[in-house]
Amino acid sequence: MEPTVHHYLVLSAILFSLGTFGVLTKRNAIVIFMCIELMLNAVNLSFIALSHFLGSMDGQVFVFFVMTVAAAEAAVGLALMIAFFRNRESIDVEDFNLLKW
Amino acid sequence: MEILFFYLVALVAVISGLLVVTCKNPVNSAISLVMTFVCLATFYVMLSAPFMAAIQIMVYAGAIIVLIVFVIMLLNLGTTTQKQTTHSKGFAAGAGILILFQVLYMLGRSDATGMTGKVTTAMVERVGHTELIGKALFTDFLLPFEITSILLLVAIVGAVVLAKRNV
Repeated sequence: MEPTVHHYLVLSAILFSLGTFGVLTKRNAIVIFMCIELMLNAVNLSFIALSHFLGSMDGQVFVFFVMTVAAAEAAVGLALMIAFFRNRESIDVEDFNLLKW
Repeated sequence: MEILFFYLVALVAVISGLLVVTCKNPVNSAISLVMTFVCLATFYVMLSAPFMAAIQIMVYAGAIIVLIVFVIMLLNLGTTTQKQTTHSKGFAAGAGILILFQVLYMLGRSDATGMTGKVTTAMVERVGHTELIGKALFTDFLLPFEITSILLLVAIVGAVVLAKRNV
């Protein structure tokens, strides 16, 4: 028996919901960023699975662009965290509270 | 046989994902994330997309994780002793389970269909996956390709400006 598209989509959903739980729960900003990357990878798996089972290259080209944007976002996001750390000596997201009421 | 291999690699991927979310040390989370990326690369090979598998390892496991580990080491956080999670764990678990059940429900109701093309596994093996992606990138997707190059330039300049000291 071969894995069908549903197998890949269910796995993608599980990884995506794990990433969502991590983004909403963790306090370390770098771990939050890693969970965002987990969510992006779950969506990439979904795209490539559908591209394979529908016989089209569009999904894989989109994954190419998602990877590029994720790399750019990694660079800028981590530079931002370095700037945060320089100001506050902590990257706990509970400490970024200047705009809180 | 292939379904057994799929279940094995999927189990490793889900366990690694769980470890990313639950480890106390961020370096442990980064290593579990590398394991997830490698599992996803094997899935891409199973789905006859070997070029994407190579790019996944190179970009994600090779560049992004290295950058993350550099920043963790640079900031020199140490193992923290205070709380690891915010106060909204129940709400977050509810949101995650809601997303999961919604997707599973939609999958159970209907088939996943779309506009079909003519790229089959035999064609990928004959023509070469790299050539197929290259053709698509430079004909149908030329404008996003060029915009992505500008995006990378902006990201490089932004990263340098944000991270340098004020002089």
